[in-house]
Amino acid sequence: MSDLQNPQAAGAPPIIRIAGLNKSFESDTGRTLALSGINLDIHKGEFVCLLGASGCGKSTLLRIIAGFETASDGTASVFGQPVHEPGPDRGIVFQDYALFPWLTVHENIAFGPKHAGMSAKEVKRITDKFTEMVGLTAFTNHYPAQLSGGMKQRVAIARVLANDTDILLMDEPFGALDALTRAKLQEELLDIWRQTKLTVIFVTHSVEEAVVLADRIVVMSAGPGRVDCDMTVDLPRPRDVSSEPFNAVRRTVAQRLSSNLAPGRRLSTGDAA
Amino acid sequence: MASDMNTTAQSQTVATGDMSPAQPALSRTFLRRLRKVGLGLIVPLTLIAFWDLMVRWTGTRLIPPPADVLIMMWDFAFGGIYDDGFSASLPIHLWVSLQRVYGGFLVAALVGIPLGVALGRSPLLRDMLDPTLSLLRPVPVTAWLPLSMIFFGLGPKSAVFLVFLGAFYPILLNTVFGVKSVDARLLEAAAMLGCKGSQLFRSVVLPAATPNIFNGLRLGHGFAWILIVVGEMTGVPEGLGAVIMDGRTLSRTDLVITGMIVIGVTGFLSDRLIVLLNNRLLRWSPQHHV
Repeated sequence: MSDLQNPQAAGAPPIIRIAGLNKSFESDTGRTLALSGINLDIHKGEFVCLLGASGCGKSTLLRIIAGFETASDGTASVFGQPVHEPGPDRGIVFQDYALFPWLTVHENIAFGPKHAGMSAKEVKRITDKFTEMVGLTAFTNHYPAQLSGGMKQRVAIARVLANDTDILLMDEPFGALDALTRAKLQEELLDIWRQTKLTVIFVTHSVEEAVVLADRIVVMSAGPGRVDCDMTVDLPRPRDVSSEPFNAVRRTVAQRLSSNLAPGRRLSTGDAA
Repeated sequence: MASDMNTTAQSQTVATGDMSPAQPALSRTFLRRLRKVGLGLIVPLTLIAFWDLMVRWTGTRLIPPPADVLIMMWDFAFGGIYDDGFSASLPIHLWVSLQRVYGGFLVAALVGIPLGVALGRSPLLRDMLDPTLSLLRPVPVTAWLPLSMIFFGLGPKSAVFLVFLGAFYPILLNTVFGVKSVDARLLEAAAMLGCKGSQLFRSVVLPAATPNIFNGLRLGHGFAWILIVVGEMTGVPEGLGAVIMDGRTLSRTDLVITGMIVIGVTGFLSDRLIVLLNNRLLRWSPQHHV
């Protein structure tokens, strides 16, 4: 593992470039600075985890890339174009699935292609392909309410894949799932990533999840949200969570993360006592 | 993926396993249904028995016993007993009232849903119309009776207007609420999938608001049946409300009760119709199955 500030992949321009980005929110109590001085380049095909405690602005950063929020200063650009609004090139998977409850599994996955104006035949071909990729072929006619959390998240993933996205933005997608389902879905996500060669930005607060998944971990710290460090994970895949090298990486990342947390925590225990 | 599929897969087999051994399962559903009907009948039957007992015990002549009402109902429906002006007149009265109820209700839906959608979507329109609507809403529909008689004259138009007014507010308000409270997350999801503008409205806002719109329709439909009696007090010759008013003027309490029962049963049956439509259109949402 090495500490790289600016990993440069063979000279190719980055697919996502965030430069000097600040984000503040206005509220009745004044301005809150959520993100401060973020610089980040992400290259095609990278699997990047944004790791940090709650309040570090990692979800806000993802939402800015997605186009749901706008930067207060600085720029976020995708394919060299500044981000103005959400678009099909950036597929988002939310923690709470956000499936359309009135549509079946098939119709949910078909939503993007259908609205892109493809022919019914083409829509069906694409939908069937990605339904199969996430292993839900037997459930195409089920409604989201009839599915478990893990299955719903598979539908959400298939829905953005079917929309022919280039970048997969995932906002704590497995946070609401039980440990077994989560491990299974992590494995499947890596399979999908290998097959589709997508660029993935994955927000999480779990050190283990970040080390299992990522090529690169961007550790963020709170108050205001900053990039604390940018690490490359060069463990071979598939990664064995019980192996010694894995645990060494996990320890390093965890130490880095808790070094940000420690002062705040000490303060609050002092208050309590 | 097998681990989390199990729950649904299992409940599936349970559901189908319920049906496959046809004989015992069928009789079990039948028994369950019979039990439900039986439980539902206990209270009305007790009330009828109590009614009969009280009429006998007090010896009142103002209220007929249930048996007399039953005879009146027969005569009202088929004739051949009293052979007066009301004999065998049920079909005409029922038909006329149904037209008025559904006429007023449909106009209320045709105005209420689009207006509710517009109000739910446009803050400008909301700011413009909310104060007026909030002022008019607390006025009981029955208070409109004198004015509606001036506007529409003595006749069926007045009745339809009252039914319309009664059904309009619940439809409007529930539609506004439904359109306003569409989960922002779903709009974000649609936007990132490339769905915009009028597509967004048709593909997301409208289906997401359907449960609330249906709630409004069902409430409005209930009010429509309540108001038909009031509406038909305005001097119309036909209709179930008119029958009840005639019964009152003629001191024919058996006729009044007959009219009440017919309205109750018809209102109940047409509510089931809406529920059926609701369950069909909202089969994706288990909590909106009635």
